[in-house]
Amino acid sequence: MLSNLAKKFFGRSLWVYHCNSGSCNGCDIEILNVLTPYYDVERFGIKLVASPRHADVMLISGGVTRPTLALAKKAYDAMPEPKLVFGIGSCATGGGSWFDTYNVSGGADKAVPVNYFIPGCPPRPEAIIYGVALALGLVPKQAAPIELKQMEFPIDMYERNKAWEQRNVIYELLKN
Amino acid sequence: MWLTSKVKQVLMVIKPGVVTLKYPFEPHPAPENFRGRPHWDHHKCVGCGACSNHCSARCILVRDTCQELRIMLYDGSRCTYCGRCADVCPEKAITMSQEFENATGDREDITERIELFMLTCQRCGRCYDMENTNALERLDLRGYRYDSLEARALIRKTTEHFDPNVLKETEKYQRPTKL
Repeated sequence: MLSNLAKKFFGRSLWVYHCNSGSCNGCDIEILNVLTPYYDVERFGIKLVASPRHADVMLISGGVTRPTLALAKKAYDAMPEPKLVFGIGSCATGGGSWFDTYNVSGGADKAVPVNYFIPGCPPRPEAIIYGVALALGLVPKQAAPIELKQMEFPIDMYERNKAWEQRNVIYELLKN
Repeated sequence: MWLTSKVKQVLMVIKPGVVTLKYPFEPHPAPENFRGRPHWDHHKCVGCGACSNHCSARCILVRDTCQELRIMLYDGSRCTYCGRCADVCPEKAITMSQEFENATGDREDITERIELFMLTCQRCGRCYDMENTNALERLDLRGYRYDSLEARALIRKTTEHFDPNVLKETEKYQRPTKL
């Protein structure tokens, strides 16, 4: 019974392990900023741990560089199941500006399977909290792919003024 | 002794009060000069490809499917939100919005795709080549040809450890001279 109660009240408290795989420290500073009293994430039971063996979640920042590739994989394997991985920053999401350079493998998903991507360079602390809240199911997802199309063929340069007037007449008729 | 120090701490904390944000439950908008996800206005865009030329992360691709139809692809996954595209846009079609809540499980969610009609020259039937008459400048302009990242990359593969086979492949590979 006690264990059931504990599961009910202390469930979904994520212990995070912060893995820097060659980032510029911008994202790391924002992650530390999230743990401060101003953006208090211990409200959700999130706690920073030093060892991947204690962790449920890996926050990976930086496009995985060649020296850190094996280490990131090792840290991921050391985590107990079930585990989540959050890619934080543009570098972890898609490689950033260095996505095709010789020493960067181009995104955290090349090294470990990433569950949630948090883009931004660096992401705001609010954006990181939003990503964590999304994983916990507290907020709805807002990002969606956008597709835009030009439906009307643009008017020829020489007849621009005249055609604009005609088009506006049509719009005013439609309004009424 | 420790008790007095705790009392002192409590007295110190009373003055500022509770400062913690109630963020995910209450909105906390970004400051005005914040650069979030860029948005294209497809009514204003003329398809010049300047944003693609200046993008430092090369996340804006220009693809001409036919002579009169151009597709602009924005891949937000590696965008660094530098705002360079909005700076160089001659028609001010790109605005850096205040959106920062872009966390997703799927990277396709932060892409944007715009289809544009291109006007053609009445004499030759090709697209306008407005101000770039210099052949060297035209070479540098990525907007006027099919854009593929694979063709532009210098070295395609990286491996965890040194691999002679991959080295052989990449040594043979040359940056394409003609696109």
